[in-house]
Amino acid sequence: MKFSAFISPKAVKSELGSASKDEVIAELVQTLVDAGEILEKDRDDIIRAIMRREELGSTGIGRGVAVPHTKHPSVTKLVGTVGVSSSGLDFESLDGQKASLFFLLVSPPDRPGDHLRALENISRQLRDDQFCKLLGQSKTAADILNLLEEADRESSAG
Amino acid sequence: MEPTQAITASREVMVQNPEGLHLRPAGKLARMATEYKCSLELERCGQVADCRSMISLMTLGATQGSVLTLRANGPDADSAVEAIARLFESHFDEL
Repeated sequence: MKFSAFISPKAVKSELGSASKDEVIAELVQTLVDAGEILEKDRDDIIRAIMRREELGSTGIGRGVAVPHTKHPSVTKLVGTVGVSSSGLDFESLDGQKASLFFLLVSPPDRPGDHLRALENISRQLRDDQFCKLLGQSKTAADILNLLEEADRESSAG
Repeated sequence: MEPTQAITASREVMVQNPEGLHLRPAGKLARMATEYKCSLELERCGQVADCRSMISLMTLGATQGSVLTLRANGPDADSAVEAIARLFESHFDEL
């Protein structure tokens, strides 16, 4: 599944301002509210659901990346955002490293396959050192979107 | 030089969780794999993943019903394969 199928272009955010796990999850969910992907009234419930998921085990998957996510009945299709923190923050990741690249996903409860395909795509790109490096260096939302578009083009070519 | 015995073990395992090999089971598997000395990999349709890396495991995109080949090489290969196969059989302790 390509990034363009689930990442909301209006939501992606460089230079995240948060310094903690709780804050960054709230900041990322807010980007989806601001982009019109989720409703303001569902925001707090989605944040709580993502935090509950984190309590089962951190979604910090290593290489400075975290993929906080939840299912939520308010969405009818998988929606996601990408955020970059230049300083990084403690996300209780498996490898003990700070997380600086975030992919936040909210999926409808009845579509586990889409969630898995999105994770597959994200993970494939993350194996590419250059992709991680460039994403971490992104200074603007446009930089992030250009990189995601390039990754989509290469995945369809390959 | 101390003789090292290379033991290889392999087994087919099936993903039984309705939601596939998503992040939580991949995390459990990666944590378990780090407890062993042997190399551990999973293969699906020619694609090979390192069991110690969640990122690598997620690239398999293994949905429910996927059959994967688990391979280990090292002194504790047999016990590692046994333990990981049990993890798959127990649905990673998920419903």
